[in-house]
Amino acid sequence: MEFLNTFIKAAFIENLVLAYFLGMCSYLAVSKSVNTAFGLGLAVIFVLGITMPINWVISEYLLSESGLFGVDLTFLRFILFIAVIASMVQLVEMVVEKFSPALYAALGIFLPLITVNCAILGGSLFMVSREYTFSNSIAFGLGGGFGWFLAIIAIAAIREKIRYSNVPPALRGLGMAFILTGLMGIAFMSLMGIDPASYASN
Amino acid sequence: MAETAVKEKEPLFQFGKKERQLLSDPLNDNNPITVQVLGICSALAVTSLVYPSFVMAIAVIFVTGFSSLFTSMLRSYIPKQVRMIVQLVIIASLVTVVELTLKYLNYPIYKQLSVYIGLIITNCIVMGRLEAFAMANKPWRSFLDGIGNGLGYGAILIIVGIIREIFGKGSLFAGSPIELKIIGPTADYFINTTDSAMFGWYANNNLMVLPAAAMFIIGILIWIQRSYNTKLVDVS
Repeated sequence: MEFLNTFIKAAFIENLVLAYFLGMCSYLAVSKSVNTAFGLGLAVIFVLGITMPINWVISEYLLSESGLFGVDLTFLRFILFIAVIASMVQLVEMVVEKFSPALYAALGIFLPLITVNCAILGGSLFMVSREYTFSNSIAFGLGGGFGWFLAIIAIAAIREKIRYSNVPPALRGLGMAFILTGLMGIAFMSLMGIDPASYASN
Repeated sequence: MAETAVKEKEPLFQFGKKERQLLSDPLNDNNPITVQVLGICSALAVTSLVYPSFVMAIAVIFVTGFSSLFTSMLRSYIPKQVRMIVQLVIIASLVTVVELTLKYLNYPIYKQLSVYIGLIITNCIVMGRLEAFAMANKPWRSFLDGIGNGLGYGAILIIVGIIREIFGKGSLFAGSPIELKIIGPTADYFINTTDSAMFGWYANNNLMVLPAAAMFIIGILIWIQRSYNTKLVDVS
């Protein structure tokens, strides 16, 4: 039950893109068509879902004072987290290149840039600061990835539709995407403060 | 970047037309935020006040410049498969330098920025420039490219910060030694709205403090920039 709570909270209420504005770069640049957005969204779910438990194990058993070395190594957190994330992304890159060259070409520079997707590192840092348990960290990773996936699919769908609208030429594309995201962010703010746990107990 | 490395022998620290272009291009035609769409996260998060945006801009200029320099120096030794990890280690160590320096120089602003200083590591603009430019160009050019992109990033950051701070808080450079109070209801403000009939209508706009406001402002900046610079207009 707690697993589900964390998942729903991460996906809808504390959506990484729309509530914290993390991972904006690839969100804005790869949301021109639903197909590529779908691929990137899946890649982000996969990377977040894998890196989150690995980083949990690292911060719990290697970096904390009660861990393997018995020394407080938290100053190494950034470098170790980013190394885990980078190797996972490289893995995803190889898999995508092997099985779907079309998707690989479409994602272009933004596949390696998942590494520097703030949502991934930011998610790991949130996980540490909120002191999640192991199962919660998996739920948070998958939920956060799913929320990111939803947000990029939503904006991609809106952008596909808005191509046929009469937008001022200078605002077309990127400018409109920024304003739309701002509006979506305001809309999602209404979900803040909902606590799924309180419904579960009733 | 269509530009390729120049083959013939040339002096190490040349500063000609091409080099000047590397610095000036990112300010308008190839701006990292409004054209290349890199490094948006921190642009949204730190710009509610001008002073933190200014410190952030300097930190990013330092990191982009030196990470490009070092990556370009090492570019022929980095195997393609592990290039991201090597680049990230370079960036992460530079960010650690920035973080510790800032902690020593100005602790309050360090506390205010701490998370976002760490997130410079994942600021796409640093990594994006390394992948797109520094891996294929000589150290000096890459350094200038990094500095130029840092400047273009900082310019947008400070413009957004100024707009958000004036409308959201009624002040400018709050928290810094040269703090200015422009409009607002407090007695020591530059224009006191309780006395001045002209600004009596003004109440702080809380929307400007939200991250969503940064999205609107950047959207409008893009609109303005593309109205003047029509070759950037998205035709698709």
